[in-house]
Amino acid sequence: MSGRQKLVVVGAGMASGRALEHLFAEAPGRYDVTLFGAEPRGNYNRLMLSPVLAGEKSFEDIITHSAAWYASHGVTTHFGEHVTAIDRHRKVVISRSGETPYDTLVVATGSAPFVLPIAGKDLPGVLAFRDFDDVQKMIAAAAMPGSRAVVIGGGLLGLEAAAALRLRGMGVTVLHAADHLMNRQLDPVAGAMLQKAFEDRGIEVLCKAQTQAIIGHERAEAVVLEDGRICQADIVVMAVGIRPETRLATDAGIHVERGIVVDDQMRTSDPHILALGECVEHDGICYGLVAPLYDMAAVLAKTLADQPAAFRPLPTATQLKVTGISVFSAGDLETRDGQEDIVLRDEEDGIYKRLILRDDRIVGTVLYGETTDGPWFFDLLRESAATSDMRGTLIFGAAFQGSAPIDPYGGRCSVAG
Amino acid sequence: MTALGSAKTVKTTCPYCGVGCGVLATPQADGSVAIAGDPDHPANFGRLCSKGSALGETLSLEGRLLHPEIGNRRAGWDEALDLVATRFREAIERYGPDSVAIYGSGQLLTEDYYVANKLMKGFVGSANIDTNSRLCMASSVAGHKRAFGSDTVPGNYEDLELADLVVLVGSNLAWCHPVLHQRLAAAKAERPDMRVVLIDPRRSSTADIADLHLPLRSDGDSALFVGLLGHLAHLGHVDADFVAQHTSDAESALLLAEDWPLDRVAEATGAATADIATFYDWFAKTERTVTVYSQGVNQSASGTDKVNAIINCHLLTGRIGRKGMGPFSVTGQPNAMGGREVGGLANMLAAHMDFTPEAIERVGRFWQAPNVATKPGLKAVDLFAAMARGEIKAVWIMATNPVDSMPDADAVRAALEACPFVVVSDMNAKTDTGHYAHVRLPAAGWGEKEGSVTNSERRISRQRPFLALPGEARPDWWIISEVARRLGHSKAFPYRTPGDIFAEHVALSSFENDGTRDFDLAGLSGADYAAIQPTQWPVRTKPSARMFGDGRFFTPDQKARFVPVVPPPPIRPAPGSFVLNTGRVRDHWHTMTRTGKAARLSAHYAEPFLEIHPADAERLNIRRATLVRVSNARASVTLRAVVTDRQPQGQVFAPMHWTDQFASNGRIDSLVAAKTDPVSGQPALKMARVHVEPAGARLFGFFVVAQSPALTSDYWAVAPINGGTRGELAWFNEPEDWIAWLKANFHLPANARIKTFSDDRVGRRNFAVLEDGRLILALYTSPDPVIVSRQWATTLLTKTNLSASVVLAGRPGADMPDPGATVCSCFSVGINTITAAIAKDGCDTVEAIGQCTKAGTNCGSCRPEIRRILAATMASLSQTRS
Repeated sequence: MSGRQKLVVVGAGMASGRALEHLFAEAPGRYDVTLFGAEPRGNYNRLMLSPVLAGEKSFEDIITHSAAWYASHGVTTHFGEHVTAIDRHRKVVISRSGETPYDTLVVATGSAPFVLPIAGKDLPGVLAFRDFDDVQKMIAAAAMPGSRAVVIGGGLLGLEAAAALRLRGMGVTVLHAADHLMNRQLDPVAGAMLQKAFEDRGIEVLCKAQTQAIIGHERAEAVVLEDGRICQADIVVMAVGIRPETRLATDAGIHVERGIVVDDQMRTSDPHILALGECVEHDGICYGLVAPLYDMAAVLAKTLADQPAAFRPLPTATQLKVTGISVFSAGDLETRDGQEDIVLRDEEDGIYKRLILRDDRIVGTVLYGETTDGPWFFDLLRESAATSDMRGTLIFGAAFQGSAPIDPYGGRCSVAG
Repeated sequence: MTALGSAKTVKTTCPYCGVGCGVLATPQADGSVAIAGDPDHPANFGRLCSKGSALGETLSLEGRLLHPEIGNRRAGWDEALDLVATRFREAIERYGPDSVAIYGSGQLLTEDYYVANKLMKGFVGSANIDTNSRLCMASSVAGHKRAFGSDTVPGNYEDLELADLVVLVGSNLAWCHPVLHQRLAAAKAERPDMRVVLIDPRRSSTADIADLHLPLRSDGDSALFVGLLGHLAHLGHVDADFVAQHTSDAESALLLAEDWPLDRVAEATGAATADIATFYDWFAKTERTVTVYSQGVNQSASGTDKVNAIINCHLLTGRIGRKGMGPFSVTGQPNAMGGREVGGLANMLAAHMDFTPEAIERVGRFWQAPNVATKPGLKAVDLFAAMARGEIKAVWIMATNPVDSMPDADAVRAALEACPFVVVSDMNAKTDTGHYAHVRLPAAGWGEKEGSVTNSERRISRQRPFLALPGEARPDWWIISEVARRLGHSKAFPYRTPGDIFAEHVALSSFENDGTRDFDLAGLSGADYAAIQPTQWPVRTKPSARMFGDGRFFTPDQKARFVPVVPPPPIRPAPGSFVLNTGRVRDHWHTMTRTGKAARLSAHYAEPFLEIHPADAERLNIRRATLVRVSNARASVTLRAVVTDRQPQGQVFAPMHWTDQFASNGRIDSLVAAKTDPVSGQPALKMARVHVEPAGARLFGFFVVAQSPALTSDYWAVAPINGGTRGELAWFNEPEDWIAWLKANFHLPANARIKTFSDDRVGRRNFAVLEDGRLILALYTSPDPVIVSRQWATTLLTKTNLSASVVLAGRPGADMPDPGATVCSCFSVGINTITAAIAKDGCDTVEAIGQCTKAGTNCGSCRPEIRRILAATMASLSQTRS
């Protein structure tokens, strides 16, 4: 055995993959790394499962770190092998293959789909949309002619699943509990436009739809709503949210609230154990979007390399990955005092843009239909940039800046001045 | 419009200003007409200004009156002509010949004019025929007659090029007579020693070629030239032989001039003593001096005196009628001179003859008219005043728009409203004046009608047709002759062609003339009308390039007269009020009935405006590009504020072009009092006392729209663009229901899908309607003047695959540079293109910019602006670099 420190990583998702990349760059050869992954395959970009489900990409296309990649960096991998416990006292993790000692442990167990506590939730045919196994089951179901899917949840994930299943020929109904789709990211106008776009694709969308039960004899056959409506279903995809996967940490006596509590350096309450990703809670907040996870990965790698770093949460942006429908949302969309809206509304072309400003600075944005400038707005938002000079053209995006009219009189009237 | 015959080039004359440029018009296979300057025409030698160059864009039949109308219904020619004749006959029989009147125009051709004058003065028996030349030239005519005994312009255009000193008095030559200005500028470029002095309250674009600009108070001209006369006499710059042999009354004029030493002139005019002294010195020492004067001299309550104050100086120095020297009146209209030749003003009889017993008898004999008018008729201002009093029972207005161009214009409107019978002959179906007509007669327009015009240098040129008469439009001479026949004068009005009329005009000019009258076309007798070349009168045997070189004038003793001039008290701004000066812009002409049709000509100025000095604007809290209310007891107009130090403090300037057809409330002459020069009867159109204040607009708008709008905003101004209309808007209160407002004002269908941009805090809203990537409507609104490049926005209607974002943003994306406001109309070159040529391509002269961008290389009217842009850009560049 070498004299290098032993690093064990539990979880082979996007966060841990990115963290290892950083680590190998920051401190190559410092650790002997052992990786456990619950899924029986390498690391892939979970965000891209929607295109795989839609048939627009293959699984191979979305692999980020293959077994070969890990091997080339000297990582010992245990794919398809759950870690069942952490013995902090002895500093080992326990799995099917026995005990693996660590000097430093990284917990990156991610999240699990939230399952509504309703009757029928365990019936065969009730699926989540979390990993490649779920995708394969959905693809199989869609292959049956005339099959129907009910997607519970009109958020990002649910809508991506719904659109993909519809593309595969299924009849699809989306059940959404809130007033409008993607209610956490969109305002009602954009939500309504999005709904219309889904309906135009032949997807039934029911908002304010409270699911009461899933019924069926051997497997799921229909979803029953509280108002008595019944939606036939060959599969039910539950996409109502995620919860941090914290069982290992809880069992090990690490401080866990909603997620595994970490400090700015991604350390848990046990100084030898770090955590990152969707399983953690930082400053009271759990994250489900990829950008902060990647930020965590960078911080965690620095911490492992004994370099100073601190995780600072930044505003986040989301994009819906449904071909032909562009939605971008970032920042704070709540209606508050002192908030100023700049709105562009073009229902004819299915475009809606809203910038929410406070003190001339962008604090939130919703873009529907035309999202090219989303990243630019997001930059301005994160930089808290003053926008008064470009306010008149701000919402039209970066391409419209810096070419102000220079007619004599600044293009203010129809005289030569 | 339909081309006449096969496509061939027709030599004709421009219908705009008094320079009278030769134009080559070539109808094209696609129905358009190619326009070029006539290289052989001695007025312009191939040059054309921006207006002339765009003539081809003003020929569409849109908005034309194409059939007679009685009330608001279509009528046949016979019915309309019968009605006109009947109503005129009834008025004449019941109330006498002086109860009817014709109000004509310097846009009438000489032949039209001749027939109208003959009808009124020979056969109706009244001299109540006056024209808009009264507003333009009357004081020059009166000044000429007082000094020379005849209405004679002594010199010619070449004199401006031959002079060593050109004094421009009350003339924005660069914009109002651009081709003459270009000839002058070219001569000065060739002979840099040549000097130009500009005398004008405003630092107009003409100041660009001036070595010295004397900014006088309004009506300070007489004091300046009376002082000059005294200065010349005092220092002995006198052509004593000329004065002794060829003039009279010098003593009394000089006696008065003695009272006007330099310091008194400076005090009265407001110009700097040193500058006045420089001007006097240059004038005294420069033999070859031409004094060019225009509306700043004529349109004044002391206009005739100003003319004589100028002529006096030329008489004292004997600088008249010789190469490169003389007083030179340049006229505003294409045929002001032709009108004067036929006698088409109320105080003239015919062919430069006045109401003397011999002339009345002679003309009566020539016309075989038993009923020749024996006394002058009503001049324009008096005519409309009489109309307001109910004394005019029937009036016939031809080719002019007195509701806009007359002083106290609202009173003129009221007079027409009260007149029992109003006939309007016009090309256009809708004019502010035509609105009050009981009968509207469709007149032939430029390119359709045939005849002749005379320019400012006494040069008669032919206007030749190259388009078929559209609809039922007819030439004015035909319409007048038809009415004359119906009044029982068939024998006297037998004309079949304009050539018949011209031949009679020639005959009358030389009838018992024998050199006693300046106007004599004997040499054109029997000429082939179709082939007449541009010819300067008098033409006894051959054309005359200059007059009075021999010292012989048309007074009884053949001596020129000095006219003693007492300068009027200078017009000073009174506390709380401004002196309003009126004038023109480069690319529009008169009331825009023709130039208002050309998109290119509206790119420079597309709304009425007020120029005000920055200090005055600041004091009144008037921010640039906002709207101002300009008012007095007579009227109130709403104009765009142009804050500029080109305008002196205490004085404001506004253009006279805008009518109710183009703006909500921009008729500037409604503010002007009907005060006239006591000698000429010409109104003082360049002087009104007004109050200026912010208009209080709460919201501004700018739009481009494919369909013609019907606007209800508190302020609006519209202009044509390719594919539709552009416009500026303002509201004192924001419309409550925007969508309803848009649909009503822009004729949008009920189901129109309107795209919107809104910024509630700033109060900005933009609206767009597109159809298959083509723009139907774009409207931008803002509590401040709307910031949208007009130059860019006005191209949108012709674009395809437009993105709604681009339209709503009101600017091109980064990959589409905005050319900026049009500077060069001929080639549509914008200011941004020009500054880029300076900054990026290193162009450091006006010529280099021309090579790079083509700007200023055609008519050259924009060169003063290019020079200004060059100077400003170079200054800012050197600042950045240092």
